[in-house]
Amino acid sequence: MGKPKIELKLPILPDMELVAINTAEVVAKHMDLSDDKAAEISMALIEACINAFEHSRAENNIFIHFILEDDSLVIKVIDQGIGFDKSNVEIPKIENKVGTDERKRGWGLQLIQELMDTVEFESTKEGTTVTMTKKKES
Amino acid sequence: MSEFKVNVLEENNVIILETDGYLNNVGGEMISSVCMEHISNGKNKILLNLANTKVVNSIGVSILIEIIEKLQETDGKLGYYNLAPIVDKTFKIMGLTKYSTVFADKEDALTNF
Repeated sequence: MGKPKIELKLPILPDMELVAINTAEVVAKHMDLSDDKAAEISMALIEACINAFEHSRAENNIFIHFILEDDSLVIKVIDQGIGFDKSNVEIPKIENKVGTDERKRGWGLQLIQELMDTVEFESTKEGTTVTMTKKKES
Repeated sequence: MSEFKVNVLEENNVIILETDGYLNNVGGEMISSVCMEHISNGKNKILLNLANTKVVNSIGVSILIEIIEKLQETDGKLGYYNLAPIVDKTFKIMGLTKYSTVFADKEDALTNF
C-alpha cells in the first residue's frame, strides 16, 4: 500500500491559502505533530501558496499534495505558471528595506526555508513545484 | 476569517489597535490606514494587540515595515503584544524586532513602551 496522500486543487482566488492550511492542520493533528510544528507548516504553506498565486502567472489552479511519510510530512505546492530562477531571488534583509525605496515585500522563500526542515524547488517554463518537508522529530 | 477588523483605543497617549482576523494585504492596509491617520494627528506611539490575529502572511507583515518607517520620521515607536508563537517567530525571521518591540502583554507594553 502506498503512503497516504491528500490532494487539493485550489482556484486562484483571494485567501484560498486558508483552505490549504485548514487541511494542513487536520493532517498535522493526524500525525501527532506539535502545535509549534503545525503552525510552522501552516505559515510556510501560506507563503508557498501566495508565491504560486502571485508569481507564477498561472491562469487556472494550483495543486497541493500532502504525503504522510512515517517520519515526516512532505508537502508539494505545484503551479503551472512560467517558472522562476531561484538564483535570481535575493535574500531579503530588513536593513535594506527600512528607510529606503526598496520594496518591502519578497519574504516568502526566506520564511519557507526558515520554517521547514527541507525545501526543494523544481522550476521550468511549464511550472514550479516546491517540495517542503517537516520531520516529526527534529 | 478574511474579514479583518480593527478596534482603536487610546491609553497614556498611546494608540492601541486591537486587530481581529487574518493579517494579509487587506488587513495590513487597514492597520496602515488607521496608523497613518493617527500619525498625521501627532501621535507617535502605536501598539498592536494581536491576540485575535493568529494567522499572518508576509505581505501583511511587510506593510508594518512601512508604518515603522513613517514613525521613524517623528521619533515614534511601534510595538506589539499578545503574539501567537508563530507570529512572533515570523516577525523575528523578517527582522521586525530590530525596529519595533514585542511585549508580553498590555501591562508590559504600557509600562515599558
